[in-house]
Amino acid sequence: MSAALQLRDVHKSFGSTKIINGVSLEVRAGERHAIIGPNGAGKSTLYNLISGRFPVSSGSILLNGENIGGLKPFEINRKGLSRSFQVTNIFHNLSVYENIRCAVLWAAGHRYSFWSRVGGLKEVRARAEETMEQIGLAKRRDVLAGVLTYAEQRALEIGITIAGGAGVILLDEPTAGMSRTETAHAVQLIRDVTMGKTLVMVEHDMGVIFDLADRISVLVYGEIIATGAPAEIRANKAVQEAYLGSLHKEH
Amino acid sequence: MKYSPINLGRWLLWGSTAVVFVVAPLVFTSSFALTLLTQMGSFIIFALSYNMLLGQGGMLSFGHAVYSGLGAYIAVHTLNLIGKGAIVFPVTLLPLVGGLAGVAFGVLFGYVTTRRAGTTFALISLGVGEMVFACVLMFPGFFGGEAGVSTNRVVGKPFFGISYGPALQVYYLVAVWCFISMVAMYALTQTPLGRMANAVRDNPERAEFVGYDTQKVRFLQLVLSSFFAGVAGALSCINFEIVSAENVSAIRSGGVLIATFIGGVPFFFGPILGAIVFIFFVAALSGFTKAWLLYLGLFFVLMVLYAPGGLASLVLMQLPVLRAGRWRALALPYAAAATAAALTIAGVIGVVEMVYRLSEQGASTILEVAGLSFDASTTPPWIAFVLILVAGLVALRFATRYFGRKWAEIKAA
Repeated sequence: MSAALQLRDVHKSFGSTKIINGVSLEVRAGERHAIIGPNGAGKSTLYNLISGRFPVSSGSILLNGENIGGLKPFEINRKGLSRSFQVTNIFHNLSVYENIRCAVLWAAGHRYSFWSRVGGLKEVRARAEETMEQIGLAKRRDVLAGVLTYAEQRALEIGITIAGGAGVILLDEPTAGMSRTETAHAVQLIRDVTMGKTLVMVEHDMGVIFDLADRISVLVYGEIIATGAPAEIRANKAVQEAYLGSLHKEH
Repeated sequence: MKYSPINLGRWLLWGSTAVVFVVAPLVFTSSFALTLLTQMGSFIIFALSYNMLLGQGGMLSFGHAVYSGLGAYIAVHTLNLIGKGAIVFPVTLLPLVGGLAGVAFGVLFGYVTTRRAGTTFALISLGVGEMVFACVLMFPGFFGGEAGVSTNRVVGKPFFGISYGPALQVYYLVAVWCFISMVAMYALTQTPLGRMANAVRDNPERAEFVGYDTQKVRFLQLVLSSFFAGVAGALSCINFEIVSAENVSAIRSGGVLIATFIGGVPFFFGPILGAIVFIFFVAALSGFTKAWLLYLGLFFVLMVLYAPGGLASLVLMQLPVLRAGRWRALALPYAAAATAAALTIAGVIGVVEMVYRLSEQGASTILEVAGLSFDASTTPPWIAFVLILVAGLVALRFATRYFGRKWAEIKAA
């Protein structure tokens, strides 16, 4: 299988603080890959590097074999990588429908058009409506995103991420702050919407990870200490000591 | 086109707007009213173009007069060339020249200003505005210095009797351009770029992560807005037959900001109301009192504090009440609030006018209101107006509470 996303010896430091210390990672096309690690391991930073929010200090990142280092977030998005955010990051003053539509417009090829009427773009509307059905917000179509419930906003967050049809999806703690029922619902949603796509996700909920992921990478202090199938990770001594152990102690 | 009640409503709304444009000068027939209406028309275009930045794109500009003013300068020189017979071009289409000039300067300056959003954008726009103002004074050959460049709008042979000599013809020229610009700017809000401008205003970061270069969205929005600013500039050039440094000044930029805000930034039609009220203050009230700028400032501050959604939000607030047929219940609270407000305003005006009479050297201290005359240099009128003001403020306090209670009751129902 070819790699959808490949990180080669990626380093990132802020001033003299080293956050990412030579991460090499290969996410295969079509797999669901989870990145786990204790708080402060650098998971969010790693996401920000992949999605172009921060530049890497050294190393390279390849999307479908193409180097995307140094590209801006919108350029990376146009190449087929889309991400969600740990802290809900939506268009609060726009309706649910408009939120999703914004995410569809570029991918549908309408770019900066100021000569076509957005209401008349049938394929855009169809795609936005399909996405709203998928994330279960079709009934909330004209509600302002800012007044949705937390769980609905998290669903919208995922909706915006997938609406453009990107092949590689990065989800940052999609179930953070959700109740048990909401989490179960979110897992099903993630499974549905990433069908046939490559999924990378950062998650704290071990249940979600072992349920969804094909492979897991463990990030500790800016380094990947293990990558493998869920069963291998569970059995891995180093992981148990570095991460799972400490997690058990915490709870 | 689909036939639905929403479309019908839209046609009705635009249709009645067009009717208002046609009928307005037939209702208000005095030459002064015609001057006011003409100025309102071009300022409506200017304010709407400003709101393409502030309301739709989230860009607070302190230098929007640059685009209308430079558009006006290009228009005035074009008009003079037509007058000299150097080029042949219909005056009717002169706003197009102003608009294209606006676009050119929008591309030039916008490339710099729109690189950043928020406070940085605001500061750079202020800087560009000051820079352009300084340049205008530095090159009197082209810009005519303090005195400006004057022109004559009556050029060439009349076309079907249209010479733009009579003020009424100028009004209709402005009205037609104003209507077209309104429709065009509304249409722009319904395009992918218009929608993404809203998205970039709300959350620029997320817009980048769905594939949009926010810098480019801001840039294009500013260039389009500059076109309409240039159209407004050319129309004011035709109307006043003079363009001076004042046209690109920070005062003009501040004016359009105030007008747009008073009207209502969150709503498309807000700036239309704002422009009408603003021109009323600037052109009508200034004829009656030297304190007009103070009243405008006071009004602006009150709007910012108590109605940040502008006049448009106050109008829209009433719609659900009207629709529910509950306006009767509000008639009394409204009357109470209006009485209290009128008292307060009377008190403020009395005091302010007397202060102005006294502060102005050599001016008469006699203040004449509705057939009564007061002498500001004596004590009784001061006591009277201060008492009115205090009574008004006290009444306002009770009236607003009463109104708030009734409003809450109706909302709950």
